[in-house]
Amino acid sequence: MGLLSKKDAALIKDPLADNNPITIQVLGICSALAITAELEASIVMSISVLFVLGVGNVVISLMRNIIPSKIRIIVQLIVVATLVIIVDLVLKAFAYELSKTLSVFVGLIITNCIIMGRFEAFALGNGPWRSFLDGIGNALGYAVILIIVGFFRELLGSGTLLGIPVLGDPIEKTGLYAFGYENNGFMLLSPMALIVVGIIIWVQRSRNTALVED
Amino acid sequence: MEHIELFFKSIFIDNMVFATFLGMCSYLAVSKKVSTAVGLGAAVIFVLAITVPLNWLLDQYVLQPGALSWLGAEYADYDLSFLSFIMFIATIATMVQLVEIVVEKFSPSLYNSLGIFLPLIAVNCAILGGSLFMQSREIATLGLATTYGIGSGIGWFLAILAIAAIREKIRYSNVPPALRGLGITFIITGLMAIGFMSFGGMLTGGDEEETKEDTTVEVQVNATEDNIEIANNTKIEE
Repeated sequence: MGLLSKKDAALIKDPLADNNPITIQVLGICSALAITAELEASIVMSISVLFVLGVGNVVISLMRNIIPSKIRIIVQLIVVATLVIIVDLVLKAFAYELSKTLSVFVGLIITNCIIMGRFEAFALGNGPWRSFLDGIGNALGYAVILIIVGFFRELLGSGTLLGIPVLGDPIEKTGLYAFGYENNGFMLLSPMALIVVGIIIWVQRSRNTALVED
Repeated sequence: MEHIELFFKSIFIDNMVFATFLGMCSYLAVSKKVSTAVGLGAAVIFVLAITVPLNWLLDQYVLQPGALSWLGAEYADYDLSFLSFIMFIATIATMVQLVEIVVEKFSPSLYNSLGIFLPLIAVNCAILGGSLFMQSREIATLGLATTYGIGSGIGWFLAILAIAAIREKIRYSNVPPALRGLGITFIITGLMAIGFMSFGGMLTGGDEEETKEDTTVEVQVNATEDNIEIANNTKIEE
């Protein structure tokens, strides 16, 4: 494996598929779905979560022996809130339009259950390096679902990817539109995000029947 | 009138679960049985009804640009709004802790039946989301903020009650194995959200009518080519 031992590599690989935070652990769905109408927003959100979860896990792991267990939730919330304020200010400085699109959902990274879940389940009991890998792995698992949903919703909903038209021009009727294709505006509405995630879960569990519930 | 409008708007049109996807984690995790769903829903209503007005006061007198002017003219330039996340979450964590202590003291049976879910309300996105939407939508008075808090809480309660009832029934249905449990819950929630979108037309009466008409005329003029596209764009900008 070279750089990583087998056990460390599993920390990154598991959350990508068989222990995915969204489709299996059912965490972090709240802020994930509302911003996936555009691929760009999904990617920026994924990067923000990657930063908060990676750094936060290391910080909590370094402090794990000095946090009194009774007030650990408040300590964790303060750490996350500080990191999220950094992300929010950076977004406002360098991508103001995008931070408007994401609106309150950047702030809601604070209450993203993946982050609290990983702090509680992993960082409080493991060293900084392993916690870092675990944070990165789970954030990537979150990112995979967000990007898949964002890809399909933007492609089918407005015929663009990252804002670039890929299916032709809907007004001048070029490309696919020449054959009578229409954008499915329904995909841009929020309920479709839930249905797309439902379909992803369906596909994933059909391929790996060990994950089926009941 | 304003209160009634905001109340119904926050229950049906801006429903926490179906319109903004907030509080989904606990919504999916705690909706297997109606009885626990009711307990959690009631706790969410209560916490939202307290934290939204409290955070409104905090926002109005400490955090907004110029909010500190009551301390004296020299403080009028301060803008502490970057602190709002940390202040809001501190209020919420404190209130949840207080609620927990009070419930444990006066109703141990309710405390036991809620168990772990009570402290978890602190990290329920619906609660923080309520405060953040209160801030970004610039709700004008303390009374309206309270109405908004209670209304959003009731909206969340309705949603979790409905899905819990459906999930209790669906246990006897023949769902494809790979879709059982989580998958079908997602899809049902999506369908319910589509249903709730129809409430969007509920509040079009009153003095807003004239401006509404103007915009539709404009849209129709512009929308000779692709009506749906433009209608969608305006929807998103809202």
